[in-house]
Amino acid sequence: MYFRHFEHAAPSPAAATELTRRQFLKVTGVAGTGLTLGLLVPGVAAAAGGGAPIGSFAMPFVHIAPDNTVTVICKHLEAGQGVWTGLPAIVAEELDAAWSQMRVVNAPAQVPQYGNLAMGGQIQLTGGSTAVANSWQQLREAGATARAMLVRAAAKTWKVPANDITVSEGVVSHGKRTATFGQLAHAAAQQPVPAQVQLKDPANFRIIGNDKLPRLDSRAKSTGKQQFGIDVRLPGMMTAVVMRPPRFGGKVTSFDASKAKAVAGVVDVVQIPRGVAVVGRDMWSAKQGREALQVTWDESGAEKRGTDALMKEYRAMGAGKEAVTVTKSGDADAALAQAGKRVEGEFEFPYLAHAPMEPLTAVCRLSPDACEVWAGSQFQTVDQANIAAAVGLKPAQVSINTLAAGGTFGRRATPDSDYLSEVASIAKATGGKYPVRLIWTREDDVTGGRYRPMNYHRVAAALGKDGKVAWRQRIVGQSIVGGTAFAAMMIKDGVDPTAVGGSAAEQYDLTDVHVSWTEAKVGVPVLWWRSVENTHMAYSKEVIIDELAQAAGQDPVAFRLALLQKHPRHVGALKLVAEKAGWDKPFAGGAGRGRGVAVHESFGTVVAQVAEVTVTGDKITVDRVVCAVDCGVAVTPDVIRAQMQSAIGYGLSAALMGKITLTDGHVDQTNFHQYQVLRMPDMPRLIEVHIVPSANAPSGVGEPGLPPIAPAVANAVRAATGVRLRTLPFDLAAARRA
Amino acid sequence: MSVKLTVNGVTSDLEVDPAMPLLWVIRDHLLLTGTKFGCGMALCGACTVHIDGVATRSCVLPVSAAQGKQVTTIEGLATPAAKAVQSAWIALDVPQCGYCQSGQIMSASALLTGNPKPSDADIDGAMAGNICRCATYVRIRHAIHEAAAGLPAATMAHG
Repeated sequence: MYFRHFEHAAPSPAAATELTRRQFLKVTGVAGTGLTLGLLVPGVAAAAGGGAPIGSFAMPFVHIAPDNTVTVICKHLEAGQGVWTGLPAIVAEELDAAWSQMRVVNAPAQVPQYGNLAMGGQIQLTGGSTAVANSWQQLREAGATARAMLVRAAAKTWKVPANDITVSEGVVSHGKRTATFGQLAHAAAQQPVPAQVQLKDPANFRIIGNDKLPRLDSRAKSTGKQQFGIDVRLPGMMTAVVMRPPRFGGKVTSFDASKAKAVAGVVDVVQIPRGVAVVGRDMWSAKQGREALQVTWDESGAEKRGTDALMKEYRAMGAGKEAVTVTKSGDADAALAQAGKRVEGEFEFPYLAHAPMEPLTAVCRLSPDACEVWAGSQFQTVDQANIAAAVGLKPAQVSINTLAAGGTFGRRATPDSDYLSEVASIAKATGGKYPVRLIWTREDDVTGGRYRPMNYHRVAAALGKDGKVAWRQRIVGQSIVGGTAFAAMMIKDGVDPTAVGGSAAEQYDLTDVHVSWTEAKVGVPVLWWRSVENTHMAYSKEVIIDELAQAAGQDPVAFRLALLQKHPRHVGALKLVAEKAGWDKPFAGGAGRGRGVAVHESFGTVVAQVAEVTVTGDKITVDRVVCAVDCGVAVTPDVIRAQMQSAIGYGLSAALMGKITLTDGHVDQTNFHQYQVLRMPDMPRLIEVHIVPSANAPSGVGEPGLPPIAPAVANAVRAATGVRLRTLPFDLAAARRA
Repeated sequence: MSVKLTVNGVTSDLEVDPAMPLLWVIRDHLLLTGTKFGCGMALCGACTVHIDGVATRSCVLPVSAAQGKQVTTIEGLATPAAKAVQSAWIALDVPQCGYCQSGQIMSASALLTGNPKPSDADIDGAMAGNICRCATYVRIRHAIHEAAAGLPAATMAHG
């Protein structure tokens, strides 16, 4: 997901205030039912679990209970990226809480209260590595507000000036008198909400930036206790699987359910807009039932091309004239014609499945006037609307219980809420007579589309005698947001930024540039995949820049630094990674050893990486990766390190083995034996992450660690072997022949 | 049809299809949800349980084949090796999304039970069947070594 493109959609302050007031009226209405008596604080959230206990202090993002626990209401999906630790850390810091008293629950689906401020505030969603960035000011204020009210409560109780009260590690003190947050919670809730609060001087941070702040979810996730969507069990719940068209764009003509219904445990077989659902008393019966189901498909509108044929078309389109301009300045053609050192390349990138470890799963309970869903929802506001449409209710009648997701990498953020629309449709088609759980099998997931788009790049770059670099690039690929509700908001002048952002024109000081895009119309559904367009844009950019350095006989780091004078944060990350990798010292290579570098900014964060590889025959082993990251203030450094490690592994998986191919419109891979992913022996033994010190507001870390790894490895392989890797995933034997 | 199954020391008589994979019996009938579904083909390791102490993929094993044996899930882990593994996992903040971690922990604790001081190559061999898409592998390796460091070298097999 991408957020820069949403900024113009931000509501006016007046509109926000109006919505807040209406929200307030709605919420105080809930309070009047007695669920949250004594909590007459504006904007009380009906948090997951049914609200705070009596005697609590409850604000939209912070609850303090009489038992002295502080619960942060998390508006973002925890899918591994660490928001259940990062967001509580921000609150705890300003609140001066003890880390051991911090808890976290997911927010209900509710805007604008829990809208993503990086996306205009009217949509609740997690994506674009925005969770910490858009929550930073909001949660600092929430923590400071709660602290101020606790202090006022103590001042009033003890009849002392508020200014003389101190707060530390969850204890409020005046002289020898002390009180816990829990003891003051009820009184604090009676205090007026301060209009303005003083935020801490960052010099006094003790939780933010704490190098080893334990994650709040490690225990549950190390004992099997963490609940995911697939673990939800409601009384009388049935389980469904869906038979979907064998080719994208196919439709049901007819089906024969007689054999499926004969399977023990199968209770219903119903048609839904996306296929035919088989409902059983457990997963095994539903799955057996689906195997017995016979469906006739109308494939007249289905995509029947294979990926070989598509790539052939892409190459032709890449050489053709038809394209929209992404960026143009100076005269790239003239500069390329005159320059001495010239490098060219055609790059090919495959479709990629996200393949999160928890396959898509959701539970739905439908009644005539309400629909309740449990899932690892990533797009709550969009999901509410799509679920409502599927069951014929209003979005406000749809409630979503957001649970931890077993990975997403973008897969759960679908503009049409595919799996959630399905589970809602099944509930509707079965008349709401039982709660229904939908499970996608791994085969459903791998063959189900929503892939990282296949892409073709054609790049020509040259170094002039004046040291200037000219750059011409054509990108051919599908639009991610085209045809979705996001198109109007995000596509400008015919360009989908999620297809072509992050080019060399944006990331280096170039004067003669022409970047253009030819949109391919293909019936394979595509989606944002961890770091989106940067997955391919960074690759061709960093490989070609590296080859230019080589052509110029210059050091790859020094060559980049000279082209980054207007990009000080790139310079900082690059210098730090070079220092930590010992770049200035001769590489202890030997036969088949090489090292390479790459740097890329995405989602406001700059990451530079040095990869060291050993090439044995045609096998590439990545031995060591050194990573430097500038993400502004490092809120939770250990989570940042974990995210860099994670993105490096996820990116290496794609670089070394990831690909989805189609033959005549049928996906060739079905499960992990064919859609290969990175395993323990393939992971670099050494990954060192260094954080660039920064006082800037924090930016995201879930995605930006990914883009540099594939080009850094490719550059290392070229250093070791002289072979240029132009096609992903890497096939060294094929590249040697090319 | 009735199946007699012992999971975490508790024996139950279950009216299920004997061909049903152990995974779905554990999850859908015994309601122990710590064991995860990931692939259904013994390719990812998310469903790993111990059968008589041996790490086994439950998603392809018919429940009938587990009759008369001791099945242990993440909820029933109690050996010193398993406790050391879980402590190391928490201390090093291994999990990210966490979905695969039950299976990782089942494989790691079985490894340490049979081989209390595994080498990196041993770890590669024992853990290659467990996929983590968050790629927590660096920390998993570290945590296994940490857990091993805290265990006596002579831990008995299946002890």
